[in-house]
Amino acid sequence: MKPIINVRDLRKRYRLGAREASYKTLRETLAGVLRAPLRRANGGAPSARMLWALDGVSFEVAPGEVVGVIGRNGAGKSTLLKILTRITEPTEGRVELYGRVGSLLEVGTGFHPELSGRENIYLNGAILGMQRAEIEGKFDEIVSFAELEKFLDTPVKRYSSGMYMRLAFAVAAHLEPEILLVDEVLAVGDAAFQKKCLMKMGGIAQEGRTVLFVSHNFEAVKSLCTRCLLLDRGRIVMDGEPEAAIEASLARLREETSATTFKLQPIRNAPDVPQPVSVEVAAAGKLAGEMITFEDEIVVTLSLDAPVGEHHTFAFQVMTSTGLTVFNSFFRDHPENPPLRPGESRRVSVRVPRMFLPGGVYEAVFAYMLPNAELFWLTRETWFELHEIKSYRNEGLNVKRTGLVSIILPWGVD
Amino acid sequence: MSGLDEASQAQSAPVAPILPTTHSLPEQPLVIIEPRRSWLSVNLRELWAYRELLYFLTWRDVKVRYKQAAFGAAWAILQPLFLMLIFTLFYGRLAGIDTGAVPYPLFAYSGLVLWTFFASAVTNSSNSLVGNANLISKVYFPRMIVPAAAVCACVVDFVLAFLLLVVLMFYYGVAPTESLLMLPVLVVLTTLFALGVGTWLSALNVKYRDIRFALPFIVQLWLFVSSVIVPSTVVPEKWRWLLAFNPMSSFVEGFRAALFGDAFDRRALVVASVIMLAVLLYSALVFRRMERDFADLI
Repeated sequence: MKPIINVRDLRKRYRLGAREASYKTLRETLAGVLRAPLRRANGGAPSARMLWALDGVSFEVAPGEVVGVIGRNGAGKSTLLKILTRITEPTEGRVELYGRVGSLLEVGTGFHPELSGRENIYLNGAILGMQRAEIEGKFDEIVSFAELEKFLDTPVKRYSSGMYMRLAFAVAAHLEPEILLVDEVLAVGDAAFQKKCLMKMGGIAQEGRTVLFVSHNFEAVKSLCTRCLLLDRGRIVMDGEPEAAIEASLARLREETSATTFKLQPIRNAPDVPQPVSVEVAAAGKLAGEMITFEDEIVVTLSLDAPVGEHHTFAFQVMTSTGLTVFNSFFRDHPENPPLRPGESRRVSVRVPRMFLPGGVYEAVFAYMLPNAELFWLTRETWFELHEIKSYRNEGLNVKRTGLVSIILPWGVD
Repeated sequence: MSGLDEASQAQSAPVAPILPTTHSLPEQPLVIIEPRRSWLSVNLRELWAYRELLYFLTWRDVKVRYKQAAFGAAWAILQPLFLMLIFTLFYGRLAGIDTGAVPYPLFAYSGLVLWTFFASAVTNSSNSLVGNANLISKVYFPRMIVPAAAVCACVVDFVLAFLLLVVLMFYYGVAPTESLLMLPVLVVLTTLFALGVGTWLSALNVKYRDIRFALPFIVQLWLFVSSVIVPSTVVPEKWRWLLAFNPMSSFVEGFRAALFGDAFDRRALVVASVIMLAVLLYSALVFRRMERDFADLI
């Protein structure tokens, strides 16, 4: 069948450093121009400072396919989506799209806090490329999907973050494109709303439309997708059944678990919120990077670039590689925890008891939040592996524990 | 349900098997994405397709501008009005500038109405791309819409300030002549010039944030050479030709001529229009060239 998306040898190059130092001053540019010939004369290697975020990606998607795109942080997933949505231009290659593209990358962008819900629906719809008549036709549907009938004329700055996201998703979900690009927006809203969103996505696929779904949530990929691409370092390393691609992805994760990286997932912008600098996972009493075993107490440490703010607090969560939550822990859970000192504390650590998690690959997630569970950000994708090795305690016992947690219980013998 | 859980864990839902598609694909791709080879193209058809977005962004800017301001949209009138009062005191009374048949307050206010429009249009559009960074980095649309909407939103302020000008003309008993027909032309010329300058600066501002600091200063200096405060006849004959290189000076004088029925300086207006078109074309080309890096730079 003729493909609806045809990607040929797509490459995207970023100058390293160019993205971090996001803008220059004239003075720096002038200085750079003056220094450039010298650098070249010194035989400096400019190519060393280039990063190929996408390095020759080709694939086709047939109409009606629901394709998952997985891969670790920095594999090129977001760059691919950014090119497909035309936010950024490829350096080389070609993409042909035989249908209107909608994306859920942009959920809530273009919302203006001073405008009411009603006004934002029109504004956001126009930004997403809907005609005014189209928005008017779907207006009631959008409002009832978002469950915000009562707050239509309230400025969205008075909305809770949940209401805000519901409205944003509702507009985006009613765009009805032939090709839908989704980048893990399912991580928003409460559980009931998430379910609704997944149903909506399923519905979109059922209508014969094409979906490209970028996610870290392997369970969602498994249940939604008919096919899955695994990206690694800007290349497609696997293209096939979701199960197989997920398995290959896990194998790669196990090979190179580096427990000091994370990916920031901003939830709500607010001024003066400190940002995460590093997340480290280590066995208590061992160096970072050493093997963590089932019998180790695990210490997970979050460092911030500025002291914690007044009334802010933390939560911690461990998730399985398939996206299931093992547990939550809140800073305020424990009456004996030392108090956070606003304007001073820059680092928190949490200890996971020994022999609590069965062997496997886990994701450690920190949340920075208000006590009423309004989140500012999450740190995602800090992966660590726990090895179940034989030890003197369970010598001779050669089993793989199953279940989400393990627990060492006292047994009675009569 | 805890907040953490809600935010990070998606529930899986049963999905029905996918039905075969019923609609057929177009022969030609709707969209081709390739690295742009020639930047000498301004895609007018695409701009036209996005005209509703221009309308909505303009509407948003207008709607939001005076929110939570006690005086609201009255600021559109108060700004030129206060400047007029100050100039009247210093230039009209103390310095005794000769403005011919037109009383100085009317002279100053008429110039200030057009000037304030131009200055705020240029300032707002210069900051528009940076101010809409979240849009630029997340959604595709012709980027030129953003500075254009900022200019359009200033037209509303201009209309408000113009109402007071009408009142002042009644008050001073200045009756319009058929020259008034030229007024819309001069407003359009000024708008296009603001669009040219603003679009160019907005693109530069993405890369060089110096613009933000330099611009208020430049705009202030520009005011003094735009025949707003004193008529060009005050400038010595020997130097007056220099004013022709500042289209705003010619537009302001033309604007007054249209209002008060004076003779138009045709040559100055033609030169100003040519310069304006050159600026507009140049800025469109610069914008198109820089546009591709916006999402990565902003």
